[in-house]
Amino acid sequence: MRYRRSDLFLSLVLLGALMLVLILVDTAVTNRIDQDARRERQAIVKALTITDLCLSTEARYTRHPSMADWHAPFQEHPLSLEHFPSGSMIAVPPHLGAR
Amino acid sequence: MNTSSLAKQRYILDYAFASLLRRKSKNIALGLVYSFLVFLISTVLFTATSLKHEASLTLEDAPEITVQRLVAGRQDLIPVAYADSISAIRGIQSVQPRLWGYYFDSLSGATYTVQASTDLAENSGETVIGAGVSRRYEPEKPARKISENDILPFKTHDGHVKNLVVKGFFPAHSELITADLILISETDFRTIFGIQPGYATDLVIKARNERELATIAAKIVQLHPDTRPILRNEIMRTYEAVFDWRSGLILLVLSGTLCAFAVLAWDKATGLSAEERKEIGILKAVGWDTSDVLYMKFWEGAAISMLSFFVGVIGAYFHTFIASLVLFEPILKGWTVLYPEFRLTPSVTVYQLTTLFILTVIPYTVTTIIPSWRAATIDPDSVMRS
Repeated sequence: MRYRRSDLFLSLVLLGALMLVLILVDTAVTNRIDQDARRERQAIVKALTITDLCLSTEARYTRHPSMADWHAPFQEHPLSLEHFPSGSMIAVPPHLGAR
Repeated sequence: MNTSSLAKQRYILDYAFASLLRRKSKNIALGLVYSFLVFLISTVLFTATSLKHEASLTLEDAPEITVQRLVAGRQDLIPVAYADSISAIRGIQSVQPRLWGYYFDSLSGATYTVQASTDLAENSGETVIGAGVSRRYEPEKPARKISENDILPFKTHDGHVKNLVVKGFFPAHSELITADLILISETDFRTIFGIQPGYATDLVIKARNERELATIAAKIVQLHPDTRPILRNEIMRTYEAVFDWRSGLILLVLSGTLCAFAVLAWDKATGLSAEERKEIGILKAVGWDTSDVLYMKFWEGAAISMLSFFVGVIGAYFHTFIASLVLFEPILKGWTVLYPEFRLTPSVTVYQLTTLFILTVIPYTVTTIIPSWRAATIDPDSVMRS
């Protein structure tokens, strides 16, 4: 059978669509597998009264963004450049901006 | 659509693909930029939704109210005596002082979170540490991890050394909350940091009824105007702002790529090249309908945008959930040496994928059709001569 360019395109689209389905399946399976670990994390949070996720450890306000005070963190405007790279990833916690 | 029109579409698709291959380098460059844009948007979306999902589940039992004391705009130690007056407020079930802080370890160059635990009250001199702490203890010998009964030396506030014996580790799958955590007894905490009895870092409050939290917080501020209560839903909202599109770096990266893509898309949308116009003219002269030309241009646009969409989205999934955000790691790691090694749990939904598809594929496909429609509706002779 003669090879056609449209076959290649349709095969790639089908492969892509199949990969997206696999992503959804992997999401469901990983969430199920992670259930016990998540329950353990919840127990640690409750027992140790933890308030924040450990995403970055370089600055107080990126290690514990929810506990940050008003003046030190998130100094991002043209004349006050953010010193810590991780601070550029996290927007100002809403409860800090509202006060 | 019947069989003959399907066959016709396949022939048009064959031709569109051949047409794309004739301008190979330009279309490959376009595809790469396009894929990278989809990759960036998808990575940010996947990471943000996964972190929000994880934060909402993991922190659902976080303290209902955390009370800090502010002195001159900065957080300061809070007198434990505040707990007595606060616990008298109606609706409060318990008030618990917390002792926690940061310790810079000059040996490894890492900053740890140190917290006093009531579980270790009877075990002064012992400690439980997170997986990140055990990895980063000796940077000269990265292969050696701290093991049980090893000594962890701390320099105290008055210059002495306090040795603690490692008696346990937090599980590796809890790194997202405990990577840098060192748990010690209250006695050791006060010895190391020189905090006087009667003071704590903050107070955590449990209320009888969750709906009364805002009222209780207002009463606390009324009772102690130098305090700042942080509610649990404010903690949750903090993590909704992580990877927010307005936060500096994300905006910078996205705006740069969006500008590059806008230039390419604008180039396509504002008109066809002389060669492309000539091609359309010839096609019409040999008998193609205007609709056939539009189908051909639609398939050209759809081929580039759909393939870029698949490459970008699939790449972003691998980058976020399998490669643990390896490209963003230097930014999250920043200037520190201690970096939590965690794998995010995916929370990808059909809705997210559909949104990404609509945002990335449809606009480009439409922009490729409009100029072709203009060229395809005029006389082939004048198109070829122009």
